Amino acid sequence: MEALSDFWRRFRRRRTAVFGLALMAVIVLLAALGPMVVPGSPWEIVGTPFTFPFVDPAHPLGTDVLGRDILRGILNGARVSLLVGLSAAAAALTIGIVIGACAGYFRGWLDDLLMRFTDVFQTIPNFLFAFVLVAMFGTSLVNVVIAIALVSWPPIARLVRAETLSLREREFVQSCIVIGMGEGSIIFRQILPNAMPPVIVMSSIMVATAILTEAGLSFLGLGDPNVMSWGTMIGIGRSALRTAWYMAAIPGVCILLTVLALNLVGEGLNDALNPHLKNR
Amino acid sequence: MKNLAPYLARRIGQGLITIAAIIVLNFMILHLAPGDTVDLLAGEFGAGDPEYLAQLRAEFGLDQPLYVQLGQYFLNIAQFDLGYSYRNATPVLDLILDRLPATLILMLTTILIAFTSGLLLGVVAARRVNTWTDDLISVLALLCYATPLFWLGLMGIVLFSVKLGLLPTGGMYTIGGRFNVWQSTLDVMWHLILPACTLAVYHMAIYTRLMRASMLEVYNLDFIRTARSKGLRRGRIAFGHVLPNAILPMVTMLGVQVGTLLGGAVMVETVFNWPGLGRLAFDAVFQRDYNLLLGTVIFASALVVLINIATDLFYAVLDPRIEVA
Repeated sequence: MEALSDFWRRFRRRRTAVFGLALMAVIVLLAALGPMVVPGSPWEIVGTPFTFPFVDPAHPLGTDVLGRDILRGILNGARVSLLVGLSAAAAALTIGIVIGACAGYFRGWLDDLLMRFTDVFQTIPNFLFAFVLVAMFGTSLVNVVIAIALVSWPPIARLVRAETLSLREREFVQSCIVIGMGEGSIIFRQILPNAMPPVIVMSSIMVATAILTEAGLSFLGLGDPNVMSWGTMIGIGRSALRTAWYMAAIPGVCILLTVLALNLVGEGLNDALNPHLKNR
Repeated sequence: MKNLAPYLARRIGQGLITIAAIIVLNFMILHLAPGDTVDLLAGEFGAGDPEYLAQLRAEFGLDQPLYVQLGQYFLNIAQFDLGYSYRNATPVLDLILDRLPATLILMLTTILIAFTSGLLLGVVAARRVNTWTDDLISVLALLCYATPLFWLGLMGIVLFSVKLGLLPTGGMYTIGGRFNVWQSTLDVMWHLILPACTLAVYHMAIYTRLMRASMLEVYNLDFIRTARSKGLRRGRIAFGHVLPNAILPMVTMLGVQVGTLLGGAVMVETVFNWPGLGRLAFDAVFQRDYNLLLGTVIFASALVVLINIATDLFYAVLDPRIEVA
């Protein structure tokens, strides 16, 4: 309990982090409750096409090229972005942690092999690779999540490896080896919990990057065709950019705010979890 | 610096292994994905009869066991043959080399803009640390870091092309323009402004934050205290002593960011119709031209490896303390 209040005290020291957390809370609330408050499919044609925002009270954010409600799309897109961001980051963390921990703990040839493997994935340009994977295997939401996870785990693996390499030399780990604790429990119960703080900081940035990647893919027409995401909306708005720029502008601002909030929270977590690094 | 040659040989060896692994990975993707070239061609001219399709498969070598196909794939790439684009009726490598200059121009301009502006902003922020100037630059960097590239490009088009009519909406040349060499260079530069600035914004944010942190770190070192105590002017300390030492991590970042830059090029080139590699990959996806798509990936990865080696060498030249062994 005391640790928690200590954590919060350090986190709130940076005012922008608190702002980021509040912004994130609003976005999560909108994603959770929004589609209930404003019911109906975002694909449904409900009004006159090309209605500007703040003109028709029935469609506060206006309508798109076909007369679909933009507010519905935004609220629905918030769900998609958070869902894809969180699941892709979770999958990338799992891959990265397992590979990094094995490489750092067992060292030797396994370390060499795993790090060469990491190099391969780090060398292929991330966005291009995700783009190719989705293009080749089909544009379902699950494939988008898998593709994003596959391109974003290498930095986690490197980080966890570095932490594991230094932790395994520490006395508490050495004494676990001496008393004959199994390797699995040493890695998962002794080393990994202590390696977590920098990983947690990085994971909020991972979610942000995943959201940006998903938006880019669906903007380029490689999103799930049954899902209205913010990237899809920008893609739709692009065709009417000259006359109705608001169609592309509104979802873009949503992406910007979400990614900004996640980055600010990440900075706060960094202050709170790595207090010795603070203050530059 | 004396053992540069063996170091270079080892790095090139490692790079070749990485590229080989990427080729295998690409080969696996090509074969795991549903449908092969013949299926695609058959879809093109309506369903062909099975005998003809089998004949085509034999012609392309698709009836061979996988390891034979992989061997052939390697052999071809070793001879700089990335396959044939049936859609464009041109070898893949020719298509790529044709588009390469446009992407290189875009990337170099982007790096130039991002590096210099990031450097300047980082230096200013570090010299005025914890003042409102510093805060303002931090907020700007955060915003730039969080903005989706393709969206920024679209908004740039709305503002600078549609509303203000200052810059072209896309493409690389003015269509139908009759220019001499000098005028067409200017014409390309004029078309380059928006795409390059769009792509540069994200990287500028990274360089700004890195430069600021790096400057502040050097400011804390003993030799700077010495410089202060012997009464050097603040400007001279910042530019003569801190900056040259703080710039090293920026060079490393330059190498690290090449992949991101190439990925961003896919989006920016699509938004601005810039005829480069990214646009080529985008078109390949929608023409279902998989040979071309995977050729682009292999080529882009090789470019990343090459530039990383070059950055490391440059780094070793910049900082003689770095042992290249």
